[in-house]
Amino acid sequence: MRRRWAVPAAFAVAAVLLFVVAPLALSPFRLDQLGRYLCFAIVGVGIGLAWGRGGMLTLGQGVFFGMGAYLMAMHLKLADAGPGGTPDFMTLISSDGVPWWWEPFRSEVVTLLAILLLPAAVATVLGLATFRRKVRGAYFAILSQALAAAFAILLIGNPTGTGGSTGLSGFRGFFGFALSDPANRLVLFCTAAGVLLLVLALARQLMVSRYGELLVACRDAEERVRFLGYDPANVKTVAFATAAFMAGIAGALFVPIVGIVSPNDVGVVPSIGMLIGVAIGGRTTLFGPALGAIAVAWAGSTLSEQFPSGWTYAQGLLFMLVIAFLPGGLASLAWRRVRPAAPRASAEPVPAAR
Amino acid sequence: MDVVVTQVFNGLSGGSILLLAALGLALTFGQMGVINMAHGEFIMAGAYTAYVTQNVLGSAGLSLVVSLPIAFAIGSALGVVLEAALLRRMYHRPLDTLLVTWGVSLVLQQLARDVFGTAGVDVPAPEWLGGPVEVLGFSFPRTRLFILLLAIAAFLALAAALRYTALGRRIRATVQNRPLAETSGISTRATDRLTFFIGSGLAGVAGVALTLMGSISPNLGTAYIVDAFLVVVVGGIGQIRGAVIAAFLLGVAQSWIEYSTTASIAKVLVFALIVAFLQVRPQGIFTVRTRSLA
Repeated sequence: MRRRWAVPAAFAVAAVLLFVVAPLALSPFRLDQLGRYLCFAIVGVGIGLAWGRGGMLTLGQGVFFGMGAYLMAMHLKLADAGPGGTPDFMTLISSDGVPWWWEPFRSEVVTLLAILLLPAAVATVLGLATFRRKVRGAYFAILSQALAAAFAILLIGNPTGTGGSTGLSGFRGFFGFALSDPANRLVLFCTAAGVLLLVLALARQLMVSRYGELLVACRDAEERVRFLGYDPANVKTVAFATAAFMAGIAGALFVPIVGIVSPNDVGVVPSIGMLIGVAIGGRTTLFGPALGAIAVAWAGSTLSEQFPSGWTYAQGLLFMLVIAFLPGGLASLAWRRVRPAAPRASAEPVPAAR
Repeated sequence: MDVVVTQVFNGLSGGSILLLAALGLALTFGQMGVINMAHGEFIMAGAYTAYVTQNVLGSAGLSLVVSLPIAFAIGSALGVVLEAALLRRMYHRPLDTLLVTWGVSLVLQQLARDVFGTAGVDVPAPEWLGGPVEVLGFSFPRTRLFILLLAIAAFLALAAALRYTALGRRIRATVQNRPLAETSGISTRATDRLTFFIGSGLAGVAGVALTLMGSISPNLGTAYIVDAFLVVVVGGIGQIRGAVIAAFLLGVAQSWIEYSTTASIAKVLVFALIVAFLQVRPQGIFTVRTRSLA
C-alpha cells in the first residue's frame, strides 16, 4: 500500500477474480456459496471500520444485518404473494392477515430505501445516545451485545410477524426475476461482488481522508481529540452508522442468495462470529477484514460439513489464539516484512485512562 | 394485591439469579477490566457439577449441599487456568479479553455438548426444598427462596471478605488505584489471580443454584451471560453493592413488564430502559471517584 498503484491494482485484481474467474471456474452451487461469503465480507468491511479503525467493539452487527435481511425477506414474501395477498407462512398460523407494519414493504422503493436508511438510522440514534455520554469500551460492547440478544428474542417471540425461530424462507422471485433461474443467480452474485467493491472503495475513501485520521485519533487518544476541539461522539457515530449501513446491505443481499433468514443468523453468537474473520485478516487494514471474513465463512461451511463439532472447536481456538497472540491479524505478519518499524497501534499509554 | 406480591417476589427471585451470576463478573470486571465471556460457561460447569455429584451420591438431599463447595472449586480452577494461560498477557488491552474468553466459552460449550449431550438433563431438587412456604396466604416455592437466600449469603460473604480481610483490603486498593497499590507493596498480580479465583468460584455456585430452576443444557451459560453483564453495567464497576441494586431492579422491572406484555417485549423494553438510564448515569449506579477523564 506504499506505492500509488497498489490499491487500484488490488481493486482490479479483485474485480477480475470476482466477475470473470469465479463465474467461469465455479459451479452454480459453489458460486452461490461464494456469494454468501461475500455478504459476510461486506459486513466485515464495516466492522473493520468501526472496530479496527474506530476502536468500537461492536457485538451487534447481526442486528443491522438482520434488519436488512428481514426487510428484504418481508418484501420478497409479499411480492411472492402477489398484490394484496398474504404470505404463505402467515396463512398457516393465523387468519389475521398481513400486519400493518408489513404493508409499506409491498413497495419496492420503500423496501430499498428502508434497507439503505433504517440500519444506519438506528445506529445513529444508538451511537449518539451512547457516545455523547462517553459510554465506550467494554460498556459499549456489552450494550451492543444486549441489543443483539434483544433483537433475536423479539424475532423469536413473534411467529406471526417474523416467522419466529424458523425465520422467513421459500422465496420464489426477486424484483420480478425468478430466483430459480441460473442466469438470475449469476446476476445476483455479480451484484454482491459489485457491492463489496463499492463498499471497499467507500471504506478506503474514509480511511485516507481527514475523517479517517480523526477516527484513528479517537481510537487511540479520545480525550486529546476532544481537547483539540473535535467532538469524538460525532466521529465515532459516523463510523458506527457506516458499519451498520454496510451490514444492512449485506443482509439484504444474503436473503435472495441463501434463500432463508432466521434468528440464528442475527443473534449474539453469529454477531460475534462476524468478528473473527475481521480479526484474522487484520482489523485495521482495508482488505484484511473482507478477505478474513471470506476465509472464515469458507472454512466454516467446509469444516462443519465434515466435522459438525470440529468447527466450533476451531472457531473457539481461532478466537483465543488470534486475539491473544496475533492481534494485528495475518496482515501484521506480511506488514512487518515490508515495514519493520511499523508503529504499534495504541502503544502509547493514554494518560489517566483508568 | 395478590398480583403485586407475586410479581415483586418473581422479580426478586429473578434478580437473585442475576445477582449470583453477576457477582463474580462485577468483581473481575471491576478490578481488572477483564470481560469474561466464559463466565457463563463456568456457571454451566457448576450446574453439571451438581448433576454429576447427584449421580455419584444418588441422594438429592445431600448432593445439593455437597456440590456447592465442589462447584466453587471447579469454577475457580477453570478461572485460574484461564487467567494464567491467556488473560495474564492481555491486561493492557481489556477489550480484547472479551473475544478471547468468547473463544474459551465456545470450546467449553462444545466440550459439554460432546460429553453430556445436547439435550438438557434434570437435577431433581432435594425433598427438603419441595413444595411452597405459606406466608400470610401467599405461597412461595422453597427452591426460589433457597436461591434468594443463597444469593444474599454469597453477597454478604463477599462484602465481608472485601471489607474485613487483608485480601479484601488488597483488592479494594487495587481497584481504586493500581499503580499506588503496587507502590505500597501489594502484589497486584497475585491479587488479580485471587480475584479471578473467587469470581469464577461464585460462577460455579450460581450454576448449582440454577439446577433448581429447571433442566440444564450446554447453552445454559449463554442464557445468563448477557443479562449478567447488563447488571454489571448498570451497577457500576468497582463496588459490588451496585450489582445488588442493579440485579434486583432489573429482575423486578423484567417481571413487571413481562406481566403486562410478553417476555420478549419485556427484554427489549428493559434494554431501552438501560440505555435511557445510562444517559443519566453513564458510569452506572455507583462509581469509584477518580480524577481520570473518563
